[in-house]
Amino acid sequence: MSTHTDPSVGATATAAAPAGGSAPDRRRLIRRHRRSRWDLKLSPYLYISPFFLLFAVVGLYPLLYTGYLSLFDWNRAYYVRGEFVGLDNYEFVLTDPVFQKSLVNTFSIFVMSSIPQVVVAVAVAAMLDRRLRASTWWRMSVLLPFVVAPTAAVLIFGSLFADQYGLINQALDAMGLDKIRWHVDRWWSHLAIAGMVNWRWTGYNALIFLAAMQAVPRDLYEAASLDGAGRVRQFFSVTLPMIRPTMIFVIITSTIGGLQIFTEPRLFDDTPNREGGPDHQYMTSTLYIYVKGIEDQFYGRASAAAWVLFLVIVTIALLNFAITRWATRRSVA
Amino acid sequence: MSAPVLSGRTRSRRTSDRPGFLVYGLLVAFVVGSALPLYWSFVIGSHTKETADDFPPPILPGGHFLDNARRVLDTVEFWQALANSLIVSTVCATSVVVFSTLAGYSFAKLRFRGRNAGMAFVVMTMAVPTQLAIVPLFIVMRDLGLLDTLAAVALPTMVTAFGVFFMRQYLSDAVPDELIEAARMDGCTMIRTFWTVAVPAGRPAMAILFLFTFMQVWTDYMWPLVALQKTETLQIALDRLALTGQGQTTDYALVLAGTGMATIPLLALFVLAGRQLVAGIMQGAVKG
Repeated sequence: MSTHTDPSVGATATAAAPAGGSAPDRRRLIRRHRRSRWDLKLSPYLYISPFFLLFAVVGLYPLLYTGYLSLFDWNRAYYVRGEFVGLDNYEFVLTDPVFQKSLVNTFSIFVMSSIPQVVVAVAVAAMLDRRLRASTWWRMSVLLPFVVAPTAAVLIFGSLFADQYGLINQALDAMGLDKIRWHVDRWWSHLAIAGMVNWRWTGYNALIFLAAMQAVPRDLYEAASLDGAGRVRQFFSVTLPMIRPTMIFVIITSTIGGLQIFTEPRLFDDTPNREGGPDHQYMTSTLYIYVKGIEDQFYGRASAAAWVLFLVIVTIALLNFAITRWATRRSVA
Repeated sequence: MSAPVLSGRTRSRRTSDRPGFLVYGLLVAFVVGSALPLYWSFVIGSHTKETADDFPPPILPGGHFLDNARRVLDTVEFWQALANSLIVSTVCATSVVVFSTLAGYSFAKLRFRGRNAGMAFVVMTMAVPTQLAIVPLFIVMRDLGLLDTLAAVALPTMVTAFGVFFMRQYLSDAVPDELIEAARMDGCTMIRTFWTVAVPAGRPAMAILFLFTFMQVWTDYMWPLVALQKTETLQIALDRLALTGQGQTTDYALVLAGTGMATIPLLALFVLAGRQLVAGIMQGAVKG
């Protein structure tokens, strides 16, 4: 391949170097020319390579290795691979009542957290979209819980939801009502955990929705109000359809995140076991993977559980994608 | 449709858009609800263990925060954990910003074979729940002999697909192609062009990416729990703190003083850079 046929590179090189007539000058020019050409061709790959190399080691390889691990028996005492067992680990996990329970818990906590979260976030965003005084202050205020780490959040809420001396139960008691056994009753524990998740993420999502709402051309509202649409009607027939891509985005990301909840159920357990309650009432599937894989060192079973959960997440994410598209399309009409 | 009329109407609508008491009332309720748990933790964290269980509870902060803080320092290696969190978060955030800016610039502005496929791969990996791969990641770290080191904590977050995506989006608008061409005409090498054109233009996005990665690593609990044994980050220290006093009722004055101490650094960051955080989320940031 000749280095002289590429006009753009040639132009660059001539522009860069003052014209020189002598032989050493020419040689230097050619060398520089070549270097510049390699620079141009290789640099793009060089710049993206750190990402791909590191991702291969800490992202792709572990994911594929999970699949491999799930097909083998593991000798827990010596950390060595045992025999190939095919789908035995999958069979074990899928018939394990604890894993089944964890899947139900995961889904239940996800529903209790994501649905109210999206509804409230959209409502808060709609209010922030009005011409508020000190709008920056309001936006920052709704984001406040986001700076509290999930660990801190669950410990704080743990003091509110404590079965004996928790603030909520003491208040219920003072009002003559029955105390709620937050750490014992399955659905109440899910509600408590969903509450913490919602507390931390609602304001964050509200800001994402707000950004989408601010991009809606104001003329559309103008036209709608000329047609006699009130504020509520405008919200449903203008705002909602216009923020549809954001809606889909938020719902997909909170599906992927919400089905992997770990910190809250792990630390909500105030006994040293920390396996999601004495009867696994609020053990999520991610917690199951941790307990099986890291604490009990059943690598195969934990990996099989991880793949099952992965498929569940993908399925529910696709399902939510379809539902959101369908629901927001209807509201255009 | 005539433009002047329209814009006049828009203005009149916007002045009538001033919200009433109902909106302010609801927003106040939401903000109070957001702040209350945090306030509660500071109240309880500054009272004695005995007062913490009282009902009705104290509603103002007490004078025992320093006592509680001393007990926290006696129970867990707080300063060490704080330093560890600071190191890991800073290293990860720096590395993510550097590598994402490089890759994002390449994807946004340079022409090369495989560019579209590469970018599609990045977008796809954003949706992959890598958390599920903790077991093999644990094995990798063990085989590398990195378990219980800060390197093991940092390594998985040295690059993020989101970072590459975010920087690509920003740089493709923020850097004019003419500027790159001009720099090349002046004889700049590729890396010099990157340094003198892309980096200055990308600075606001880089700052936001740094903030978000820093917070993401700082607040992470699951991976440090897997990768560490004796070493502690702040979140692991909180985990240990919550386990003290087992068998009796939890000592919430101690625990909540600890959560307060662990939250103060991020609160300070929030006060200093809250505007940038809001701007970053509104520019289309994704959950960490």
